[in-house]
Amino acid sequence: MRYVARKLGFYLVAAWAAITLNFFLPRLIPGNPVEILMSRLDESGSPPPGEAHRLALLLGVGTGGLLSQYWHYLDALAHFNLGVSVTDFPVPVSQVIASALPWTLILVGTATVISFVVGITLGAIAGWKRGSWVDSLIPTTTFLTAIPYFWLALLLLYLLAFVFHVFPLNGGYGASETPGWTWSFIGSAIDHSILPALTIVIASIGGWLLGMRNMTVTTLSDDYVVAAEAKGLSPRRILIGYAARNAVMPSITGFAISLGFVVSGSVAMEYVFSYPGIGYELLQAVNNEDYALAQGIFLVITLAVLAANLIVDLLYGFVDPRTRQSR
Amino acid sequence: MSAIGASTLLDAGSAGSVRPSGGGVGHRGVVAARRLLRSSRMVVGVVLLVFFVLVALVGPHLVGNPNAFVGPSMAGPSARFWLGTTMPGQNIFYQLVDSTSGTLEVGFVAGALATLVSVVIGIGGGFVGGYIDEILALFSNVILIIPGLPLIIVVASYVRSASLLPTILIIAFTSWAGYARVLRGQTLSIRNRDYVLAARVAGEKTWRIIFVEILPSELAVIVSNFIFMVIFAILTQSTLAFLGIGDLSTLTWGNMLNVANNDEALTSGAWWWFVPPGLCIALVGTALALINFGLDEMLNPRLRVYKVSKARRKG
Repeated sequence: MRYVARKLGFYLVAAWAAITLNFFLPRLIPGNPVEILMSRLDESGSPPPGEAHRLALLLGVGTGGLLSQYWHYLDALAHFNLGVSVTDFPVPVSQVIASALPWTLILVGTATVISFVVGITLGAIAGWKRGSWVDSLIPTTTFLTAIPYFWLALLLLYLLAFVFHVFPLNGGYGASETPGWTWSFIGSAIDHSILPALTIVIASIGGWLLGMRNMTVTTLSDDYVVAAEAKGLSPRRILIGYAARNAVMPSITGFAISLGFVVSGSVAMEYVFSYPGIGYELLQAVNNEDYALAQGIFLVITLAVLAANLIVDLLYGFVDPRTRQSR
Repeated sequence: MSAIGASTLLDAGSAGSVRPSGGGVGHRGVVAARRLLRSSRMVVGVVLLVFFVLVALVGPHLVGNPNAFVGPSMAGPSARFWLGTTMPGQNIFYQLVDSTSGTLEVGFVAGALATLVSVVIGIGGGFVGGYIDEILALFSNVILIIPGLPLIIVVASYVRSASLLPTILIIAFTSWAGYARVLRGQTLSIRNRDYVLAARVAGEKTWRIIFVEILPSELAVIVSNFIFMVIFAILTQSTLAFLGIGDLSTLTWGNMLNVANNDEALTSGAWWWFVPPGLCIALVGTALALINFGLDEMLNPRLRVYKVSKARRKG
């Protein structure tokens, strides 16, 4: 129970730090972000009355001292008032985020889990059979981890969509489709998601493979594995039940950390494929000086990553009793 | 981005490999150098890296103006234009050579800065202990968990500048935390070893204990962290530049890819424009990773490949 309380405490502090960081960001800009935003909103049409005041509170540059600005900012957040988007005027920021988020979560989430599972499995085999063909994959994975992800995506897009027309060029679904729960739309969405998912798996699998291989190699020389061998257990049982089971622990921690990079990596992926997810929205917002949208997205991404990490941490405490006792 | 997954895991793997490295330069140095050269990964990595550093230093003086419009639009590779031309007719080979120094600069400066911060916070906090250590550890963990790239993108949207400096600072600031945590763990375990306690009892000054007793034993980890941070910085800068964020006036490989993507090099089939810059980034990254593997292999014998083990496992 202490373990859970400690973890919860940490994530509360982290969430507070992120929210406060978000509060101070608009102060980096020379000039008044509210004026810039309002002039842009005026260009796109008539903003709702009182929007300037709401924006000032949200961006933390309202009237009064720093403390009262901070209080009003927290108040605006607590009411999910994230402002109105310039990019998709006059849709509220919260609605833009809500419609973009599922695209990213489903695609990148699935791809990451596939990459993790396949990478861990191959890594355990590579560590088990050092010097075999799986081990000769290692130099290749070195090269793969050093490749900039977005470039790999560009190459695959060029080869598989432009040269050989295996996959569609860009977008989240066909131009003739309207989003909805119809078979043709879902089919089109899946068709558009295979290539982006493939690029994520190829780019991230090397890291899992290598980490798992090294941990398996280390674990295999531990006494309890030698003891298991002496007992005459089958190699398969030793690998799965003894070595891999313990070697996977650091990878699970790594998986939690990588969740943050799931979102980050998706920015480049969505840019390359013009995929309608949260990263693409973020870039649109930044290019349009749509500060309210950019900050709203940053906050949502950060809180999502924190929540995901909390879940993995709690699961970890469940899987590995040692963490519960020592901390 | 996946480099991080790999590097954090590698830290876990290489964490066991730290031991006080011997002092003498004489015979031991020769043995160490020989062992380094025996690792073919190491040799390939060093040769590649030296090549790119030479290109960065000498290259720009040997090629013409990379921004001049000298040829036809999007011409393929030829004897005159080795890697063809861009959409406005610039020499891509010149651009590629000229970009080398900018890219390497970001990598090494941001990597060095991040290493410095991680050493100060990790070793400092671990050594001092108490509530200062608790606060620094909490700070590292918070920085570690806030997703870096979205933060960099939002900050970059507020700070617009025509130099690589903001990019360098911001990459350094967001990337030190993971390694600070590793170094803190190391320091906590080394702090109470007998030889450090002996130094304390002997009345050595604090700075001497840190720099002479503790720092050398962690040097291998620090060097390995530095190399990974250089890779990470180069990849991050390239990604940012490709996304059109940060300084776009200085030529870097990432900027070349940004322009290529905007000018529809992909759908025009101009592979000579978008393939070489990415390949260069990947080669520099591979060179650095190979060097790190060479070091790791040297320090951690368990990671070396033995053909014997196969027979043993089968039996």
